[in-house]
Amino acid sequence: MPSLPPRPLRQRTWFRFAQVAAVLLIFGAVRLPIEVRLNNEYREAFFHGAKLNLSLRQQIGQLGFLAALGGFRALVADGLWIQAHIDWTRTEWGKMLFLFNNVTALQPRNLMFWEMSAWHMAYNASAYALDDTSQPRLALRLKHQHEYFLVGKGILERGIENNPDHYNLYEALGNILRDKLQDHLGASIQFAKASKFPDSPTYEERFSAYELSYTPGREREAYDELLRLYKEGDKERLPTLCSRLNYLQETLNIPQSQRIKIPESMLPRPHPGQTPATSPTTTQPATIPTGPSPTP
Amino acid sequence: MDSPSPAKHVFFSPARVWAIATNTLLELFRLKVFYFLLIFALLLIGSSAFMIEFNFQEQFQLLKDVSLGSMSIFTWLLSVLATAMLIPKDIEDRTLYTILAKPVPRFEYLIGKLLGILLLLLISTIVMSVIFVLALYGRQQYVLAETMRGSVGMTPDQIQENLREVRNATFTWSLIPGIIMIYIKAALCASLTLFISTFASSSIFTIMVSVAIYFIGHLQGIARDYWLGSATTGALPRVFLALVALIFPDFQLFNLVDDIVAGNSISLILFAKTAALGGLYTFIYLLVSYFVFASKEL
Repeated sequence: MPSLPPRPLRQRTWFRFAQVAAVLLIFGAVRLPIEVRLNNEYREAFFHGAKLNLSLRQQIGQLGFLAALGGFRALVADGLWIQAHIDWTRTEWGKMLFLFNNVTALQPRNLMFWEMSAWHMAYNASAYALDDTSQPRLALRLKHQHEYFLVGKGILERGIENNPDHYNLYEALGNILRDKLQDHLGASIQFAKASKFPDSPTYEERFSAYELSYTPGREREAYDELLRLYKEGDKERLPTLCSRLNYLQETLNIPQSQRIKIPESMLPRPHPGQTPATSPTTTQPATIPTGPSPTP
Repeated sequence: MDSPSPAKHVFFSPARVWAIATNTLLELFRLKVFYFLLIFALLLIGSSAFMIEFNFQEQFQLLKDVSLGSMSIFTWLLSVLATAMLIPKDIEDRTLYTILAKPVPRFEYLIGKLLGILLLLLISTIVMSVIFVLALYGRQQYVLAETMRGSVGMTPDQIQENLREVRNATFTWSLIPGIIMIYIKAALCASLTLFISTFASSSIFTIMVSVAIYFIGHLQGIARDYWLGSATTGALPRVFLALVALIFPDFQLFNLVDDIVAGNSISLILFAKTAALGGLYTFIYLLVSYFVFASKEL
């Protein structure tokens, strides 16, 4: 029986697969440098050169790994955020912190997650710790409260490492340092950093100067800064600025001839039964603020 | 009497490709694949109602993430499932033999099929984008009304500032490149699935392999970094990593939308480069599909 003629080379299965493999490998080699360059450009654009280091990958853990596998980081992060919201209503602060760490690791460039996580810890969890009826000793309650302040601060510091190009987190950190930790110099530095961004609100410079005015030994600098702002015109001549300037003029014994005459009407009016504050407060505010947004 | 001379057969005819593409689209319409849009709309409306408890930044963030994430999932599923059944269905219906018995080159058939799928994905992406924008607009109007109600006693400047903040948190033009990139990624998946289906023995096999490649593709960047870096020693792991880096596409490059929703804008040049890479991937997978399909015994 005559045997079938051999199939032409191009019809043989192995040849077709070799052809496809060759095209894919050549294409792979061509696109490799392009992909490396594009990846670097993305890192530059989105992470400003900061690579996701191993410790961050470890933090992301199995959960983040699964999300990265599917390319659905944002959805997983949102799911965890909703879970954290539910835990907030149950005041499960420890679980919230765990979820916040995962959310921020999954979406390190999302400012809202950093800002809100820090706010929950430094303002809500800390206030809850102070009022925690299960802990009878005030000293321990205060200790726990202080620990939550530091947790909030730590979250924002990590947030700034990931997002050094936005003013929001510097401002949020300044708020915690000012309102919770009474670190006026630290707060002043953060507000000053925030004010350097072109899209930052105008109150950042004022906030920085106010906080400097509360810092012992930095009164002269604060005075110069407040004076400069005062001279910028009516939009800067706000009651708090006038009050702090007035206070520093007295404290620094500025000669009468050089003093700014601030009309009484421009100074903040004290509430009935309250004397105007001239020095930093040293007591912790125990009230829960209504939100992370500052008031200029 | 002279008989009419037969029309000269052209090597590549866009009209023939268009005819195959529109028929493919029509076929998919008849399969009622667009029912998933209803699920998409219900998902947005449902999540929108659920979000009332959150502040407005969270609401918009979640709405955008859910919408764009769902768009990403639906376009991917559509591209894989619809493409996986194209060739097997044509073989089963004997349509393939009818088409190829005519002077239609096999590459035209493949291009037409892919074009049909790309049109389907384009229509789906546009419809989903419209639903998304409407949902976002509806939520924005609700939040603006709430803001106005809560601004009693504020100065006009403060009210304007608050309203501006709400508007800035809703729709930004930077979302458009993110949506386009979702489409490009789906097109790439379609082309890749078409390639797999040219040698696959069944639709299930095509779907399974496509899904596996999708997941591996999201890790390709890590494999490439390890291969090019000095962290990995040993010949076997390096060869394995090199193969992953060279053969599989880097899907992570097309996940721009997460960062865009987070408020980061993308430069036009970077967007154009990524889109061009996506186009190149689609073309190469179509080319290798032809290599396999050209000599396939039908």
